[in-house]
Amino acid sequence: MYLIALKMLLGDRAKYFMLVGGLTFSSLLMTQQNGVFQGLLSWTTSHMRNMRASIWVVESRVEQVNETKALRDTDLNRVRSVEGVDFAVPLFQGVMKARAPDGSDKQVQLIGLHGGTLFGRPTAMLEGDISQLRVANSVVVDELAADPSRLGAGLGRRLRLGDTFEINDREARVVGICRTDRHFFGYPYVFTSYDQAIQYAPRQRKMLSMILAEPKAGLSAEEVARRISTETGMKAYTVPEFERSTIDWVWRNTGIPSSFMTTIILGFLVGVAVCGQTFYSFVLENLKNLGALKAMGASNGLLAGMLLLQAMTVGVIGFGMGLGLTAVFGIIGAQKGSLPFKMVPLHLLQSFGAVLIICVLAALFGIRKVARLEPAIVFRG
Amino acid sequence: MRSPSSLTRSAAVMAQEVTDVLGAIVVRGVVKAFGSGDVWTPALKGIDFSAAEGELHLVVGPSGCGKTTLLSVVAGTLDWDQGEVSVFGAAFNEMPRGKVTAFRRQNIGFIFQQFNLIPTLTLIENVSVPLLLNGMGRQAAESKALEWLVKVGLEGSGLKRPSQLSGGQQQRVAIARALVHEPRLLICDEPTSALDSTTGHQIMELLAAVARAPGRCVIIVTHDPRTYSYADRMTLMEDGRVIEVKSGEVLRTFVGATH
Repeated sequence: MYLIALKMLLGDRAKYFMLVGGLTFSSLLMTQQNGVFQGLLSWTTSHMRNMRASIWVVESRVEQVNETKALRDTDLNRVRSVEGVDFAVPLFQGVMKARAPDGSDKQVQLIGLHGGTLFGRPTAMLEGDISQLRVANSVVVDELAADPSRLGAGLGRRLRLGDTFEINDREARVVGICRTDRHFFGYPYVFTSYDQAIQYAPRQRKMLSMILAEPKAGLSAEEVARRISTETGMKAYTVPEFERSTIDWVWRNTGIPSSFMTTIILGFLVGVAVCGQTFYSFVLENLKNLGALKAMGASNGLLAGMLLLQAMTVGVIGFGMGLGLTAVFGIIGAQKGSLPFKMVPLHLLQSFGAVLIICVLAALFGIRKVARLEPAIVFRG
Repeated sequence: MRSPSSLTRSAAVMAQEVTDVLGAIVVRGVVKAFGSGDVWTPALKGIDFSAAEGELHLVVGPSGCGKTTLLSVVAGTLDWDQGEVSVFGAAFNEMPRGKVTAFRRQNIGFIFQQFNLIPTLTLIENVSVPLLLNGMGRQAAESKALEWLVKVGLEGSGLKRPSQLSGGQQQRVAIARALVHEPRLLICDEPTSALDSTTGHQIMELLAAVARAPGRCVIIVTHDPRTYSYADRMTLMEDGRVIEVKSGEVLRTFVGATH
């Protein structure tokens, strides 16, 4: 009988396409918006993926990785003196104005790495040599910075090795081009040495943004971070802790989650409304047939099962199509690199669960109607 | 509510006597009303009815007299307020709803006025539905459905859809569907009303043949006088009551006289 149920569903092309279309749209809204939201959240922690330190030491009030409250230079040695710290290096980070060759100002995320070790350097060098950062006035830029719309402006092409631009009226010579994860604020990354970075940055009493540290072999990052926090009064985060804290901060302090959640909830409600209405109208149109089946001895349980199967079938197909469209969006976004997008398997499962809930709700309207249906209806003209 | 009738009537006693002799369908003192308060409408007013095995039994009467309600009660598709209904020994008023549904699935076939074939299914699939409902596998069910389509003169049409057939052909499919699981009771609601004269007679001949088979009974609700000559008995209803039961001989005499 379940095959009969599917044939009844597929036979009504108009309703079938409307149901699948509604669920595709609903799934697309939910998965795509969730993907963009997850992508944005992942951008908030891109520093940690780009610099890959195990322990991040910051001023005690800092809650997220994009926030800077400068430390004293002496804080570096205090961290180094904590038992269990293998090494600790200074890090400068700040948003600077850079002047492109055409004279226009562009915002960049300037990162100053410890000159001796270059610890925290980008993983993927596309061109040039990172060790050249030890040469005065040299920088490594990411692909976005090299773009003709950014620091390549006026050249009519991407930045190349040897090209120059200015940061706060000081020359910066490109010695490397790297690939990075995009920054939350959309600024391109410019890497240089710590000593050079504090030359580029406007002079302040305290210039040390953060301290990157590694635990000694055999010690966990959690344990060493706890020791640093206790002994120095600064805040030492492990990577998972800092990611969690950063994302929590975004949830608490920005309207981003609520606006995305609103769209995702709207997607769910659109699904319930469109599918519920269409499926109910499908049931109403088939009421005589369902009544005939009931008269012939189909139980309420069997008919409910048939309706659920029909609803779930369009749900699975609609979700699949919505997911496919979301993936296309994600691939295009990934190619351009300018769209935040991240598909998390758990969230896909949650979206699928939401679609199934839509289908169950839609089916329940019909099941309720059929359960109350007197089979004798078929004898009334 | 399905409570045993507390009414004491000679008609009920007579129905019991008829059942004892003939078996099959027995309805005693059934009361059924629709609505409540100001819109309370009695449809069956303590009706007694019986039909025997091997009998083609017509139920006739003016619109609104309760024919369809009686048919629904006999089929177990409608609850009634008072009285007793027994179909081939199964006392519906003593059975839970689920058992009545199961009994109906196995023992009753239906032919509806509007055929009620599922338009998106092929003829084979439509006819196989009662077998599938009774738990038969799809291949076996479709094979048997095909046999029945041949029996009702629709060989080679199994993969067509109902919309590709004439009214008469659709009614043949409905008959095949009603009989494919070999039910003991066939309930027909105006089976010829949508058909032309020739097709109507063909359908009635088919139904009469079914009724003659051992252990079977066919009850037909109809307005169509063309069907009278095929009846073994006819129950005349009016205003929710049985007013007369005529035998086949009388009917055939009546039909002969009018022609």
